[in-house]
Amino acid sequence: MYETNFHKAATAQDAAALLAKTDDGKILAGGQTLIPTMKQRLAAPSDLIDLSQAVALRGVTITKRKKMGIMKADGGETITIGAMTTHAEVAGNTELAKVCPVISGLAANIGDPAVRHRGTIGGSVANNDPAADYPAALMALRATIHTDSREIKAEDYFQGMFATALADDEIITAVSFQAPALGGYGKFPNPASRYAMAGVFVAKSVEGDVRVAVTGAGDNGVYRHAGLEAALSADWSTAAIDAVEVSADGLMSDLHGTAAYRANLIKVMAKRALV
Amino acid sequence: MQAVYTNTVPVDAYRGAGRPEACYVIERIMETAAREMGVDPSELRAKNFVTSFPHQTPVIMAYDSGDFATNQKQAQKAADVAGFGARKAEALGRGKLRGLGYSNYIEACGIAPSAAVGSLGAGVGLWESAEVRVNPVGTIEILTGSHSHGQGHETTFAQIVAERFDLPTENIKIVHGDTDKVQFGMGTYGSRSGAVGMSAIVKAMDKVEAKVKKIAAHVLEAGEDDIVIEGGAVKVAGTDKQMLWHEVGLAAYTAHNIPDGMEPGLKETAFYDPTNFTFPAGCYICEVEVDPDTGVTEVVQFVASDDFGTIINPMIVEGQVHGGIAQGIGQAMLENVVYDDAGQQLSASYMDYTMPRADDLPNYSVHHASTTCPGNPLGMKGCGEAGAIGSPPAVINAITDAIGNNNLSMPATPAAVWTALQAVSSKLAAE
Repeated sequence: MYETNFHKAATAQDAAALLAKTDDGKILAGGQTLIPTMKQRLAAPSDLIDLSQAVALRGVTITKRKKMGIMKADGGETITIGAMTTHAEVAGNTELAKVCPVISGLAANIGDPAVRHRGTIGGSVANNDPAADYPAALMALRATIHTDSREIKAEDYFQGMFATALADDEIITAVSFQAPALGGYGKFPNPASRYAMAGVFVAKSVEGDVRVAVTGAGDNGVYRHAGLEAALSADWSTAAIDAVEVSADGLMSDLHGTAAYRANLIKVMAKRALV
Repeated sequence: MQAVYTNTVPVDAYRGAGRPEACYVIERIMETAAREMGVDPSELRAKNFVTSFPHQTPVIMAYDSGDFATNQKQAQKAADVAGFGARKAEALGRGKLRGLGYSNYIEACGIAPSAAVGSLGAGVGLWESAEVRVNPVGTIEILTGSHSHGQGHETTFAQIVAERFDLPTENIKIVHGDTDKVQFGMGTYGSRSGAVGMSAIVKAMDKVEAKVKKIAAHVLEAGEDDIVIEGGAVKVAGTDKQMLWHEVGLAAYTAHNIPDGMEPGLKETAFYDPTNFTFPAGCYICEVEVDPDTGVTEVVQFVASDDFGTIINPMIVEGQVHGGIAQGIGQAMLENVVYDDAGQQLSASYMDYTMPRADDLPNYSVHHASTTCPGNPLGMKGCGEAGAIGSPPAVINAITDAIGNNNLSMPATPAAVWTALQAVSSKLAAE
């Protein structure tokens, strides 16, 4: 690791002010990607601004949706997750598990316990690793990414492999989304890294809008799968998925598997997301 | 001869060094032959077992002992091979393909007669050295050339000394790896520390025992042949005359009363050069379940029945077998060094190189059916590499059995297994 200056920020505003004063500063969330990358000398920011003390960026808020005074049971709650909330905190939040178990399960299967206790949703979303789990969830759940200056729809936010709509000095403060009426996540872990080789997030909103987002398999990061969305919109069933041709075009081929294998995995994981 | 420079990573001997490769080819051929002839793979192997010893092979090695049939039967019983059909049907009900594969390995280790390796071009002799040092207070230090880096020599070596002289193991210290103290030795590799390293200790103990008996016979005024060593004492058999073990040590170092012409002290060295390799052998049976949708393969059962000759410490031997099989499963299903066309290594970190992890591995069922090795004083055969040698073909034989396609290379990753399955199903569809 090359020499770097370390700062602690108490709030996102402090962090932005500190960042503005640096040559080539970077925001440090959980550091589960940035720190290893710095250790390998593949990144060398002049300054790190650590958000771990920014308590306001931490935690899960659930706004219950009420209909005629009675809580609606099948989704629709607005869930806001602070950017500095760790995967373990998301996975362990019992209220969240009641209203949106799919996101709890997804968080519980990110990395290993060490990663889950340091890694954060904000860090994951800012990094936009093409095999990370959260981008698929946020894309399928029509989430909003909140920054210190604006709100960005997930669809506009994720712009390909490691590419996002974030400006260099923009800081994610939270993500929010509605609990789906139906939702599931099927993940095929890479045997070595255990990142997704194909992760398929399926969600049906309370309004009936179906979205299917795929991570790990595409050659340019997370994307929505139109064929699967159309099939599941018509018929929310594994039989409907069986009838979809998943093309290998635009999928990744590497030492772990061909594009054809990943195309197969997308279909299988979509089905497993449903059950 | 043509020499080529390469920018790929240097490679060196891996656990088993050459025998895993040989065993893989032989055991894959045996399984394939059985399938093509429509006979039970275990029966085809049984028909071809060597049953009389010594058995001179065409390539230097002369097998000295073994009981391959008993190991195979024992493994089959432990693996409940008879119940495999029912398990396969049950798995199919859950949408999983179940397969069973054998490997009846034999290997040569405990290297090696120095003259033999000299004739093969080795620059060294492959004997081992040991010094047995009985201190004036009776404690014993064993200085061995067989270094211990996880093999548990401190335990096993101390056990054979404690048993020989009937002393508590805490009185025995194993000294290794310190070149300031230890005499020249050859080291730990090729599953040789037991068969060669411990044999050197036995040879040095023979000399110590002879001297101890001479001193005791002299002091106790008895015949050497009547002296026995037991219960921490050196006794005249059938009498109540005895010296405590440490009293013999003290007598040797004070030298006030030892036989005329005897050198004082009680410390002996031996260099042991084996007369033959040792030939551990066994039967491994692997059972897998394949998820046909993804190619993910789970090793659901792994049974090993090995012939390691005399076993000093069963737990340490079992640990060696566990580790060896884990490495073999890693090789068969997970580990892969991959380069691109430009020579860039693509598997350069654990993000891409799949090391076996605990959840990749089954519980092992480890058994033994031993024949004594006639080539060394303890009757031992090497056990350090057997697991890594015998297991890869058992795994691949099981997977190819499950998927009905024999054309599968290591490592059988999910993608490779799925691709092999597609080849079968498209062939079936074409028919």
